[in-house]
Amino acid sequence: MTTLVSPIPGNPVEPFLRSDRMPHIWCPGCGIGTTVNCFAEALIESKIDLKTLALVSGIGCTGRVAGYVKLDSFHTTHGRAIPFATGLKLANPGLNVVVYSGDGDLSAIGGNHLIHAARRNIDLKVICVNNLIYAMTGGQTAPTTPGHATTSTSPYGTFEPSFNLPHLVEAAGAVYVARWTTFHVRQLARSITEAFNKKGFSFIEVISPCPTLYQRRNKMGDGLETMKYYKEKSKTKHGAPTSEVGLTLNGEIIVGKFVDRDRPDYSTLLKAQMHESLGDKYVDYDEEQGYACSADGGCEEDSCH
Amino acid sequence: MLANLRELTLPLVGVFVAAKGRVSIVVERCKACGFCVEFCPTKVLALSSAFNSKGYHPPHVVSPEKCSGCDLCGMYCPDFAIYGHKLQAPKAEATAEAKEVNNEG
Ligand SMILES: Cc1ncc(C[n+]2csc(CCOP(=O)(O)OP(=O)(O)O)c2C)c(N)n1
Ligand code: SF4
Ligand code: SF4
Ligand code: SF4
Ligand SMILES: [Mg+2]
Repeated sequence: MTTLVSPIPGNPVEPFLRSDRMPHIWCPGCGIGTTVNCFAEALIESKIDLKTLALVSGIGCTGRVAGYVKLDSFHTTHGRAIPFATGLKLANPGLNVVVYSGDGDLSAIGGNHLIHAARRNIDLKVICVNNLIYAMTGGQTAPTTPGHATTSTSPYGTFEPSFNLPHLVEAAGAVYVARWTTFHVRQLARSITEAFNKKGFSFIEVISPCPTLYQRRNKMGDGLETMKYYKEKSKTKHGAPTSEVGLTLNGEIIVGKFVDRDRPDYSTLLKAQMHESLGDKYVDYDEEQGYACSADGGCEEDSCH
Repeated sequence: MLANLRELTLPLVGVFVAAKGRVSIVVERCKACGFCVEFCPTKVLALSSAFNSKGYHPPHVVSPEKCSGCDLCGMYCPDFAIYGHKLQAPKAEATAEAKEVNNEG
């Protein structure tokens, strides 16, 4: 069991960071760092063995998380965090695989991977930092940008209808769906902890400020103003129908745990089908050949840690 | 690494007998977003007029005796620049305090 404990009372997030890479590149008032604190809190709460944890990011400001955490992490290509994570999970079912990426990465270029991973119910914990924009590349309209918002590619206002991500992933089959904002630090940490205890495709959306590009162009103030807006305009509605939680430019933000259900995950279905078709000829390679990299080993390979 | 962190911690426990917690600030990491100041439940902090080497105004402690050590400042800080921790205190009181500072919403 690998756990990280500070020798002196220190910042609880510090043991999970590559401290030599601090200060990070995120702007003043950017919400991404706040989500990392919540993630660290969830790792502490869930007492997860860090040897069984892998974190996968795509590209974007949020994608940088993979480079800042002192965990086994992959900073993959744009939109492909879920395919990389799926490969990791299927090849090594003992791993807890977290996908940590932006709204553009996950729902635009990676949108097809998102819905199909949910449909197949791959056992992944997806944390989607939704700043309503492609931040890293200069603030272009994303599939999540709410109507009438001004962006670098829509100087006269966005008019495309946007994705309501909780609704999308619920319809596609996710077993756990929650949304919080960066104001809801304790609740977000709790949701991530819950997702760790869930088998199947879990999706947690975190609405997060991008003061540099989104808030500035929309004259919404800085990061702190945005946090106050989240505090004032958020309404917690656990179990709210996801069809009713779409976001608007200045309106209410419905937060909470929307979906918590069970259905067999991809690996379970795969094994059941193979046993049915092949009978005794089928051998579960992860369990019976001991490839699973789990807390108490089985795997002889030390180099992968 | 620790040598690089200029930490502002409270100097003397004796001076702040009432405090149940303590807050530490790594001033060089701070980008002055103000989250910690705004969301500290007991208003322990304020942005100072001093600059760090990047030109930001980091927070400083204005009401040390009010710190519960809840670490909400640490949870909010996007730059990992501040954290609170509890000081050894009579057990019953410490637990009551810990319950108070939940930001349920
Ligand atoms: C194949 C490919 N296309 C486009 C890009 C440029 N690109 C980099 S990040 C990004 C958008 C990121 O947006 P999001 O995932 O929302 O992350 P954020 O920066 O907002 O956190 C784009 C389009 C790229 N890196 N690779
Ligand atoms: S551009 Fe936006 S999302 Fe990227 S680091 Fe700056 S504030 Fe954060
Ligand atoms: S939350 Fe962090 S970065 Fe923001 S003002 Fe406080 S210490 Fe500085
Ligand atoms: S630990 Fe809690 S009470 Fe103390 S400064 Fe931080 S937020 Fe305020
Ligand atoms: Mg984005």
